[in-house]
Parts: sequence; structure tokens; C-alpha cells
Amino acid sequence: MNLLADLVGDYTLRTVALGSAALGLVSGALGAFAVLRRQSLLGDAVSHAALPGVVLAFMITGAKTPLVLVLGAALAGWAAALGVMLVVRTTRLKTDTALGLVLSTFFGLGLLLLSLVQRTGGASQAGLDRFLFGQAAALVGDDLATMAVLGALVLTVLTLMWKEFKLLAFDPDFAGVVGLPVRRIDILLTTLLVVAIVIGLQTVGVVLMSAMIVAPAAAARQWTDRLGRLVVLAGVFGAVSGLVGAVLSSSIPRLPTGPTIILVATALTVFSLLFAPRRGVVAERVRRVRQRRRLRADTVLADLYRLASQHAVPEDAPHDVRVLKTMSAGAGVRRCLEYLAGQDLVVSDPDGRWRLTTAGVDRGRELISGGGIS
Amino acid sequence: MNAEDQSAEMAVQVTDLTVAYHERPVLWDVDLDVPAGNLLAIMGPNGAGKTTLVKAILGLVPPAAGRVLIHGKPYAKQRSLVGYVPQRGSVDWDFPTTVRDVVLMGRYGALGWVRRPGRREHEQADAALEKVGMADFAVRQISQLSGGQQQRVFLARALVQDARVYFMDEPFQGVDARTERAIVDLLKDLRAQGRTVIVVHHDLQTVTDYFDWVTLLNVRRIASGPVADTFTSENLRLAFGGRVEFLHRKTPVEPSAPGTDGPVSFPGRIQP
Repeated sequence: MNLLADLVGDYTLRTVALGSAALGLVSGALGAFAVLRRQSLLGDAVSHAALPGVVLAFMITGAKTPLVLVLGAALAGWAAALGVMLVVRTTRLKTDTALGLVLSTFFGLGLLLLSLVQRTGGASQAGLDRFLFGQAAALVGDDLATMAVLGALVLTVLTLMWKEFKLLAFDPDFAGVVGLPVRRIDILLTTLLVVAIVIGLQTVGVVLMSAMIVAPAAAARQWTDRLGRLVVLAGVFGAVSGLVGAVLSSSIPRLPTGPTIILVATALTVFSLLFAPRRGVVAERVRRVRQRRRLRADTVLADLYRLASQHAVPEDAPHDVRVLKTMSAGAGVRRCLEYLAGQDLVVSDPDGRWRLTTAGVDRGRELISGGGIS
Repeated sequence: MNAEDQSAEMAVQVTDLTVAYHERPVLWDVDLDVPAGNLLAIMGPNGAGKTTLVKAILGLVPPAAGRVLIHGKPYAKQRSLVGYVPQRGSVDWDFPTTVRDVVLMGRYGALGWVRRPGRREHEQADAALEKVGMADFAVRQISQLSGGQQQRVFLARALVQDARVYFMDEPFQGVDARTERAIVDLLKDLRAQGRTVIVVHHDLQTVTDYFDWVTLLNVRRIASGPVADTFTSENLRLAFGGRVEFLHRKTPVEPSAPGTDGPVSFPGRIQP
């Protein structure tokens, strides 16, 4: 395959693909915790808030070294996250208001500084505007190294602190009672989230980065009921989105990387929401239809049992469909009877009348005697 | 009794506890002494500060003033002696985890940093599940549990904490008669082992059957002491206001002889 050869051989494509996959992996894994803690919007605030950090880092140092810019982004994002916590704790504002406030303040400041830098020249050449919507093509080996080191660090801490983070996410009050320093663990987890976000900013951009926090986690939640699998799966979904998005945007001219990655991630999410085996919309609909059919069939069976139980031998008391139609079920009796026949609960006689089998009599007795139409 | 027993006799001593949410006092100058080895009910009308009292004792709500001693020493030094059953509705039961995992959380404090629960912890968790009648549910996803089962899981998690003083916030809330009976048996079990259990309780009709001590609360402490002396209509009127008269009508409560068929009436559950 040409593409595969390109992935291995083409330096730029390889860098871009690896970088995008790495950012997806880390943001997906951390996003799982953010989503479970109902902090999806914190990711949004942090990523927008990183912009002034990036620009300031450039203004102060005059350098475009990835590590410097990422550091600036991280500091600003971190300040924003702690700012949200502080506002919630000390004022009467609720979390959503605090998030909105911090996000817009930081982002506004970021845009202001950005236009300032661009006016004073050296400007868009500095390539800072790529942080707005992301530009994977600009990734180089240095960026990749920075992302790899930071990402590995984040995932290592996540693994080490697994049980503390898990308890914090499920029941922070109980965590406090068993003696965990809840606030410090909270700050640590938030810091990891900030790092996960900033390593993706160059590629995806501050505007869309929060989708990489939310989408893979939301998709993964559909497929599993275990935290461990959820985090791994969210990471995998994130990595796949990054990889596919990067490859698509590099092979189709003028396709921007960030938005493409996000669209791949959201496509995965939509698919999961619809088609996941137990939590999916389709599965749920099918379940409901099946249940309704069973309930209706049970009603018909109960009717037939009531009629048959007035005979000496209930198994040998065939009744006409028209009789059953006058009873509780109404229309659709024949379909119900065929459904029941499929389960060997009723059989039809050659003359078209229906009677209960032995199993049917037992089931009917169960239904009537308050085992309940279950 | 020797001197050492004397000093350890009080399981919980709360002095001058005051909690305020923005200017408005939720708890005002509450004193509370709970002798060890008792089952104590904290009762009061809605908004009386029952949950806040428990949370303030446990350091989950910052107090404006006050001091809390657990078995004679400040709470901060005695955390390992304390177990907690929060209100069932305080967590997200759709969280992706299993029953056994939730119970294991009761050991997280004792495990220390980074260490994962091992075989010993798993055995403790399974023993606790056995005790609350949930042994068959160990690997069940928690979103599949009924309200009563959720409550049992929370109790099992508290049991593995192996605490000397337990705080339980409305453990009878929304559970069926059978689970209520099971919980009461469990409480009495804990008392028989010399442990102290402090329960936020709602049902006036069952207090005399379930508890030894009662604290009546309405922002201030109205009364606290052995049920026989404290659970009087006078004190109830002080705590709940005038409407309590007919509530206190003594009802012959013998909740749920197990296994009775047919309709069961719950005289003790009817509340205005």
C-alpha cells in the first residue's frame, strides 16, 4: 500500500501521524476522567486559556522552541483551571459561570496579545496563529520529542495514582474520610489534564482541543462498564482519530488537520452512541420493541390461560382467535400467538384454533398467580 | 473501670460546633457527646443540619468554630478509626465500576499511596459483601443495582474500613422492609462488637426500636441522651414544631416479619 509506505518512509507524514496519535492517546485517557467527573467544559476553558500563555511565552523569550511555548500554554491553562476552582470555592458563582468567565477572559486576552504581536511584526511569521486552529504539518521532530516526553509523564502518573484518581472521581467525600488529601489529588489530576491539552494545541488548536478531551471518552463509555477499559479505549479512540485525521489531511490538499482530527473523533462518537451493543440508541430501541412484544404476548397467553383453566384439561381447550381478540390484547393477537408458538407455549389446531401446550399452561399459571407479567 | 477506660469512654465529643453557609448559620454551637458502644440517631426536621453535622465532624464541611474528638483525640489524628456511609444519592451509580471495586475503596486509606488492593483486600471485600447478603453481586456493574442493593454495597464498603466509629447518612432512605431489617441487624452486630454507630435517621416511629441514644437537632442541639429520657414529646415539639403530636402516637411497630406473604403494611413509614 502506498499510504503505508508513505507512513514509514515520508518523514513529515510520519512525524505528523505519530504526533497526532500521541496527542489523541493522552487527551483521550485523561478525558475519560474529565467526562466522568462532569468536567468536560474544564477542558474547553483550559485550552482557550492556554492562548495568552503561548503568546506571552513568545513575547518574553522571543523563541519559538516548542518546549517554551508549551510551558507558557501549560502555565496559563493551569492558572485558568485553578482560577475556576478558586472562583467556585470563594464566591457564590456556580461552576459553569466560573468556567465561562475564565474562558472568555483568558481567550480575549490571548487574541489581544496575538494581534499585538502580529502588528509589531515578526508576527504571523512567528507562526503563533497556528495555535488557534492547529497545523499538524508544522510538526517537527522537536515537537514530537516534547509531546512524547510529556505524554509519557502524564500516563505514568495516571497509572501510579490510579486508585486515588478513581476514588476522587467516584466519591470525593469518601476519599476525604479515608484520609486522602482530596484537594491535592484534584489539583494533580487537573494538572495532568492541562498537560494533556497543551501537548495537543499545536496540532489541533485551542478552539477545538476540548473536543479531543470529550469525544473519545464519550465514545468509549458506550462500549464498556469498567474504568480501566474505559480509559484505555478512550486513549485508543483518541489515537485512532489523530492518526486517521492526520493522514487524511496530509493526503488531501488544503484539508486542515485539527478540524479533520476532530471530525474523525466525533464520527467515532456518533457511531458509538448509535450502535454500541448495550448503551447504544439502536440497541435500546430494539430492546424496548422486544419487551413490548413480550408484554403483549404475555397478555394474550394470560387470556388464553383464563379461558382454558375453565376446562377440565386446560391443554385440550382450543379457542378461536376471534374470542381472544375481544379480550385484553385487541388487535395484533395473531402475531402474538405466532410469537408464542415460536416459543412452544401455544400450538394451533388444524381448524385454526389455538390451545396451550403444557409449558404454556405453566407459564399462564405463573402469570396469573402474581408472578407478574414480567 | 480503670482510668484508661474512662478516658476512652467517649467515642465522639463535639464542642461548640458552628457551621455557616454564607452568613446563614446551619449549625449553631452544637455540643455532642456519644459514649462508645452505642447506636445513636441524629434526628430533626428537613434543613435542621443533620447531614451538615456529620460532614462537619468528618471534616468535609469547614466549620466556623468548634472541636471534634474521636476517642479522646482530634479527628485529624483518628481518621483510621472512622467509617462513613454517605447518602446513597451522593454518587453517580452509572460510574463504570463493579460492586467489589466500590467495596475495595474502603481499604484505600489503609493501603497508602500507589499500592493497589491485593488478595487480602479482596478477601475482606468479599467477606463484607457476604455479611450484607451481596456475595453474588461482587462482579456486577453498579448501575444494575436496586436502591436497597446500593445501600448494602455502601455498608459493605464501610465494614471493610473496620472502624470503631461509624457515621451513616440516612441508610434507611428508600430501601425495602427486608433491607431495613438487614441493616438494623448489622447495626446491632456492630454495637455488639463494641463499635459506635451514629445514624442520620428520619423515621420517628422506629427510633425506640433501633437506637439507644438520640440527638434531636434543629440548627441548635435540642436534646441528646438515652432514648428513654430524650425521646419525649416535649423535646420533639421543640425540635419539629407543633405538628408532632399525632406523629408521636405510639404505634405497635414490629417491622416485617420476614417471609410474610401478601400485602404488608408499614405503619412506621407514614409521615406527613
